[in-house]
Amino acid sequence: MATNLEQLYQQIILDHARERHGSGLLEKTGPGSVGESHQLNPVCGDEITLRTVVDGGTVASLSWDGAGCAISMASASVLTDLMEGLERDEAVRLIDAFREVMRSRGTIPADEEVLGDAAAFSGVSRYPARVKCAMLAWVALEESLLAANS
Amino acid sequence: MAVVSPSVTLLPAEASITNAEALRIRNDFPILGAEVNGRPLVYLDSGATSQNPLSVLEAEQEFYEQRNAAVHRGAHTLAVEATDAYEAARAAVAGFINARPDELVWTSNATEAINLVAYAMSNSSVGRGGAEAERFRVGPGDTIVVTEMEHHANLIPWQELAARTGAELRFLPVDDDGALRLEDAAGVITPATKIVAFTHASNVLGTINPVADLVRLAREVGALTLLDACQSVPHLPVDVKALDVDFLVLSGHKMLGPTGIGALYGRSELLNAMPPFLTGGSMITTVTMERAEYLPAPNRFEAGTQRISQAIALGAAANYLSETGMHRIEAWESELGARLVEGLSAIEGIRVLGPRAGLPRIGLAAFDVAGVHAHDVGQFLDEQGIAVRVGHHCAQPLHRRLGLTATTRASTYLYNTTDEVDFFLEAVGGVRPFFGAR
Repeated sequence: MATNLEQLYQQIILDHARERHGSGLLEKTGPGSVGESHQLNPVCGDEITLRTVVDGGTVASLSWDGAGCAISMASASVLTDLMEGLERDEAVRLIDAFREVMRSRGTIPADEEVLGDAAAFSGVSRYPARVKCAMLAWVALEESLLAANS
Repeated sequence: MAVVSPSVTLLPAEASITNAEALRIRNDFPILGAEVNGRPLVYLDSGATSQNPLSVLEAEQEFYEQRNAAVHRGAHTLAVEATDAYEAARAAVAGFINARPDELVWTSNATEAINLVAYAMSNSSVGRGGAEAERFRVGPGDTIVVTEMEHHANLIPWQELAARTGAELRFLPVDDDGALRLEDAAGVITPATKIVAFTHASNVLGTINPVADLVRLAREVGALTLLDACQSVPHLPVDVKALDVDFLVLSGHKMLGPTGIGALYGRSELLNAMPPFLTGGSMITTVTMERAEYLPAPNRFEAGTQRISQAIALGAAANYLSETGMHRIEAWESELGARLVEGLSAIEGIRVLGPRAGLPRIGLAAFDVAGVHAHDVGQFLDEQGIAVRVGHHCAQPLHRRLGLTATTRASTYLYNTTDEVDFFLEAVGGVRPFFGAR
C-alpha cells in the first residue's frame, strides 16, 4: 500500500476512528457550567455536536455526537482523551497549536510532547481538502469553551 | 503521438464504441494522459465535470486569437464574424437536441437556466408580462411539483418560487431502489399543479426516468414541464420534440464543453410569452427613461455581454459528440455502467444505489461502503490515481431518504475503458481491508 496513504491514515487514527472515545453526549450531572457547539462541514456533511463541562477553570468532561470520515471522528476521539482534566487556558493553547500545524501545509511538524496522540494528524496538513475534517471537533471545543464561559 | 482530427473519419461503424476506439478517443483529450500521485489518471468523475477534447479547446482559443469582438453590436468585420460563430454554435447545440436555434437560450449553467424559468414565473405572478404571461402565474392554491431525487439545482429555485408566491411545493417520492413511485403521481400532479420539474437521469442513482409518463400526467392537468437533462444530454440521444417537454436545461461542462455555459430550451411560444429574468443591455428594442420593450426569444433572456467563447466551444463539443454518435456513446456507457454495478455488487460490504444490475442505467454508480466514510473511500482511490466524487452529490434529500449522508460515485464517459473500470473495481475491493472495516 502506498506510503502516502499510511502516513495520512496512521494506525492510531484508524483505531480511534473505530473506538471513538467520548462518543455519545453526556448529560451534566456534577458542578460546573456547560458549553455546547454544533459544527457542520457543508462540503462533505461531516457533523459534530460537542458538549463540555468547565468546572473551576478545568475541562471537567467532554462528550460528543458526530458522523463523518475517519479523520474527523478520530480527531474528536483523540481530542477527548487529550483535553479532559486540562486547565481551560491550556486547552485553548493546544487548540491553537493544533490549528497552526493543520494550516501549515506540512511545513510545521506537530510536537508530540505537546499534542500527544493528536500529533498523528500531522500528515493531514498536506491535504488541504481534509484539514477541515481534522479541525471540526477542535473548533467545536473552542466554541463550547466560549459558551461555557459566558 | 500524432492526433488525427476529426477522429470520426477513422471510426468503424459499430453500434457501440469499443475499447480500441475509446483508446483512440483518449488521444483527443490531453488531460487524460496526466499522472496523479505518480499513477496514470483514471478519470471517473465525468458526472461532475467532463474533460475537453482538443477541438473544444482550439475553438475557444481560435475565437480569442482570430475573432474576438462583441456580438450583436457594431458593424465591423470582427463583430460580424464573432456574431456568426456565436450563432452557429447556438444552431449546433440546438440541433444536437432537435430544437430550433430561436428556442435555445444561453445561460451560465443549468442552474441559471432553471432559475430563469422560476424567476420568469415569479415575475409573471406579480403581473409582469401581461395577459399572455398568465399561464406562468403561480400563487396560493397552486402547486409546483418536483421529485425526491432532484439535484439541489432543480429543488431550491422551486422552494424559493413557492416561498415568494405562496404556492405549495410538492414532490414525487422514490421507492427504496430509488425509482419514482409513479403510482403516487396522480395524487401529486393535480389540476392545481402549474409546473412539473424533474430530472431525466439521476446524478446519484443513474436511473433514467419515464419522461413520457410524467409529461402525459402534466399535460392532462395543464401543467408545464421542465426537464433537467444535465446527466442525459451528454450521454444519450435527446430529442426535445420526441420528449415533448416544455423546457429543458443542459450543462456545457458535463458534455465536453467549458464551464460557464449552459442552455435553456423552451418551446417558442412559451419563451416569447414569458417576461424576462435578467434585464439590461442587448435584450431590448426601445428604451425610454420610464420603460422598455423587449426582443423576442432567445435574446430577450440574454442580457448583457454574453459568454461568447464558451458558447462557441460548446458548439464544438456538440459537434464532437454528434460526429462520434450519441447512440454509440449511449451503448458504450450502458456497458461500462453495467460493468460498474455488477463489479461493485460483487464486493462484500458495498451497497450500490439505484437500479439493480441488469436494469437500465447511465454509466454511473453511487455506492456506500460499510464502515468506511465516502471521504475516506475517495482519498484511498485518489492515492491510486482514481478520481471519483464523494459526498451528497448535491442531493441531500435523496440521501436522507435512502438513509445515508454521503456516498462515493463513479461516472463514466465515452473516453473510459473497461480496463479502467476493472482497475477501479479492484481498488474498491481494497478499501474495507485497509480501513479495517468490520
